[in-house]
Amino acid sequence: MYVYNDYDQQLVNDRVEQFREQTQRYLAGELEESEFLPLRLQNGLYVQRHAPMLRIAIPYGMLSSLQLRKLADIADEYDRSYGHFSTRQNIQLNWPELERVPDILAELATVQMHAIQTSGNCIRNTTTDQFAGVLADEIVDPRPYCELIRQWSTFHPEFAFLPRKFKIAVNSAESTDRAATRVHDIGVQIIRNNAGELGYRIYAGGGLGRTPVIGQVVSEFVPEKHLLTYLEAIVRVYNQHGRRDNKFKARIKILVRAMGIEKFREKVEAEWAHLKDNDSTLTGNEIKRMQAHFSEPDYADLPATDPAVEQLKADSKGFRNWLERNATAHRVPGYTAITLSLKKTGVAPGDITSKQMRAAADLAERYSFGETRVSHFQNLILADVRVSDLPALWEEAKANGFATPNIGTLTDIICCPGGDFCSLANAKSIPIAEQIQRQFDDLDYVYDLGNLDLNISGCMNACGHHHVGNIGILGVDKKGAEFYQISLGGDSGLDASLGKILGPSFNAEEVPSVIEKIINVYVKERTEEEEFIDTVRRIGIQPFKEQVYA
Amino acid sequence: MPELIVNREVVADTFSYLTVEDAVPATGDVIVPLAVWQDQADSLLARGGRTGVWLASDQLAEDLDERVHQADVVAIEFPKFVDGRGFSTAYLLRNRLNYQGELRAIGDILLDQLFYLQRVGFNAFLLPDGKPAAKGLELLEPISVRYQASTDTPSPLFRQLESA
Repeated sequence: MYVYNDYDQQLVNDRVEQFREQTQRYLAGELEESEFLPLRLQNGLYVQRHAPMLRIAIPYGMLSSLQLRKLADIADEYDRSYGHFSTRQNIQLNWPELERVPDILAELATVQMHAIQTSGNCIRNTTTDQFAGVLADEIVDPRPYCELIRQWSTFHPEFAFLPRKFKIAVNSAESTDRAATRVHDIGVQIIRNNAGELGYRIYAGGGLGRTPVIGQVVSEFVPEKHLLTYLEAIVRVYNQHGRRDNKFKARIKILVRAMGIEKFREKVEAEWAHLKDNDSTLTGNEIKRMQAHFSEPDYADLPATDPAVEQLKADSKGFRNWLERNATAHRVPGYTAITLSLKKTGVAPGDITSKQMRAAADLAERYSFGETRVSHFQNLILADVRVSDLPALWEEAKANGFATPNIGTLTDIICCPGGDFCSLANAKSIPIAEQIQRQFDDLDYVYDLGNLDLNISGCMNACGHHHVGNIGILGVDKKGAEFYQISLGGDSGLDASLGKILGPSFNAEEVPSVIEKIINVYVKERTEEEEFIDTVRRIGIQPFKEQVYA
Repeated sequence: MPELIVNREVVADTFSYLTVEDAVPATGDVIVPLAVWQDQADSLLARGGRTGVWLASDQLAEDLDERVHQADVVAIEFPKFVDGRGFSTAYLLRNRLNYQGELRAIGDILLDQLFYLQRVGFNAFLLPDGKPAAKGLELLEPISVRYQASTDTPSPLFRQLESA
């Protein structure tokens, strides 16, 4: 993974001192609340329902064992011994004291971490595929490009006060999109053109929130070396022309829609014509330097299968289930990628205790070259596990609460912190997730339902990505009471689509039985091998509506 | 009194800031709105005293023409410190129009924005009332590393390191 040089380290060290001084001025009354607000937000610090919330950046989801242990120590020392992985591959602490945040940042800087631009109206953490570098279906490893974007966007002087927040995601898989690029402000799809040259298809104007939109193509092919100047052109056009009069209409998606994609593209291309081939154009050396940080680990020459593993698969249904749902085929024979589930029933989705952080750090060291990844599905991944280690890893994963074999299923719920923690929320989301997990506690049944994304957001800011859940649940406020609106047919993949609202909303107690009715329609209507999303696309939402509101 | 920083020094502000309603005085240093500048740049420049033009936040660098090089000051207004359009306007004035004169940030700016403002090309800052210039000078350079190119650093860090 990326290792800081002296400049990278100096930059985060400077940031710690800068924020310490800003915090002191705020506490001394020299900075007004409204003035401190953007400064703390650009350091990931929110003021929440119970206490400040600190969002720490995990660039494109990569975490070393050393960093995980430091996060565990910070959670113990400054918080209540747990953290929450967000849907943008970051981690959030829910109970830090404002006065001690500079100290937390200083601790993070010792392990090459920071909270820079994890909030505020600036370019946020760049996200990508949690399986980057290890699956057979990718064109190239997207992480070097993510790091290039990270460095370019970090403290970009021109783009720190944009109309609204700005999120970039990169996908390099050919046949799937695990990074949900089409619902980002800019989606970068790495491609090869007919001549075999590497480049990017650039999407813009996607986003969730109040007005969900699927991104549109700005350029079919931007050659590899022009990545940063092309992004600069897009963000500059947005900074000049994005709406500033209404924060609900300030995202780039509104601009692209108002201008029309042709006009927007024209403006971007005109701006880019001035930038193309300037000094910000990537050099072959710089791309190589970045790629060297993500070189292959020292894989051993291994047989594809292992007799002991085959035996355990034959003997143990639990092991079989775990492999079926939590293992992903690796491009190197004898290795597999394992997802450690953070979706155990009764635990808030994405929550991890400090004890689990240390356990995951140990597992990563023992079984996966000392690295883990965070997925936007809010789970942890060990990307390079030897097949022969799977039985031992399974035992340890079970012992640490990581082995819930539900990845990709109905109970692998994406969920924001919701009304229990977040001051923006209209409704609670975590208890809804738990009720649904309890309703669907029969694992065989859940497996039979196959791949199914169920996403919950506690308000229309859509941190839980409800618009792109196959089943989406949105918390709404109805005359002071918490209600839930349900949508069907959302999808964050290559064939991205937004869910359609089923009808009037339900109270919390009704939600699990409504989900069950929806599932029953699917089970009745599906053809063989048809996944939930396929059935919804084929038959539409009407049959579901009829059952649910019967 | 608002304090003015020009080229990292606190100086007295000799300019009056005029709106479209104000009559242009016969003498003295003035900064006029874009509309007035576009209409009367030649006569303004012929009068005694120095002349500048100020842009509101929704006015773009491309609204200015070649005559901008004769202005003594270009000022860009920030109506609210969260309105970051002026950062791009400044970048384009310096890099697209190649404007070399004084570029002054006016309006609602934070001391903690001076670093970024300076990076995109401002060399003068009219601080809002109550914001001490002495503190502003201390906060000009909180971060010593610049990854990306901008007006102050035409080459990004990776190029500098490659040619070092």
